[in-house]
Amino acid sequence: MSAGTLSVADLVVSGLIVLGSAFALIGSWGLVRLPSLMERLHGPTKATTLGLGAMLVASVAWFHLVEDVWTTHELLVSVFLFVTAPISANMIAKVHLHRLRQGEPSAGEGPAGTPGPPPGSADWATHEAPHEGTPGDFIGD
Amino acid sequence: MMKRLLPHPGLSLLLVSMWVVMVSDFTFGTLFLGLVFGVLVPIFTAPWWPDRPPARFVPAMTFLAIVLWDIVIANFEVAAIILFKSNRSLRPAWLIVPLDLTSPEAITVFACTISLTPGTVSSDISACGNYLLVHSLHAPDPAAAVTSVKTRYEARLKEVFR
Repeated sequence: MSAGTLSVADLVVSGLIVLGSAFALIGSWGLVRLPSLMERLHGPTKATTLGLGAMLVASVAWFHLVEDVWTTHELLVSVFLFVTAPISANMIAKVHLHRLRQGEPSAGEGPAGTPGPPPGSADWATHEAPHEGTPGDFIGD
Repeated sequence: MMKRLLPHPGLSLLLVSMWVVMVSDFTFGTLFLGLVFGVLVPIFTAPWWPDRPPARFVPAMTFLAIVLWDIVIANFEVAAIILFKSNRSLRPAWLIVPLDLTSPEAITVFACTISLTPGTVSSDISACGNYLLVHSLHAPDPAAAVTSVKTRYEARLKEVFR
């Protein structure tokens, strides 16, 4: 690529990178400014998904338009991100629920309060083993 | 015969395409090795998914398209909340979503979808498997939020895992 000229490829790739970084930055800002742990969980699980997505599309566009090869690794990165992000969010939420129940002073309750038990006799699965014959019950497997 | 060779055609297809995408080089050799994995892995892992519910292809693809679109929208919504909403006007809430889905696979997909889309993170399931605990970043009307999640995703998932 010669210096001084700006091709369409450069514009597309740089535009996508700026969009991606903007979303990553907003997600991190959310982590700083939202009131408590459960709200903070939303910033990194959402706003960064599109941030990373835009980066990956930029990578595909760069290799296709400039290097003239098709790469598909980026697709896999996004698939694994979509599979793993909810699980880590769920784990953090479960630990938080557990700490709330234990009454640990450092576990801030947050504006949403502490969730009540589900209707019926059963408790949440963080505090009680799955009942027999329900989804996720491994008795007899 | 076909059933024994390919006990899980969807998984086989997924493995073959994952392999080709990972190697990022579409030649006969790649495809062949991918096919070997696609046939062998489902046969050897069959003991780990004994009561797999059948998933239907067309509703599954429709569901996937809707979820991908919602993820993009969710990013803009959450970004707008982070940038323009003060902590005082923010209304976070715990939602208790009653489940109509019964199979663990369907509930897992539902919970993951909730975590990936507009301002909601699924946090827990009840020990009886009938309720999902969801935290919402901004839900002025919790009951409406529960209904919208149920009609938008759960109703479609019931079509997928029928």
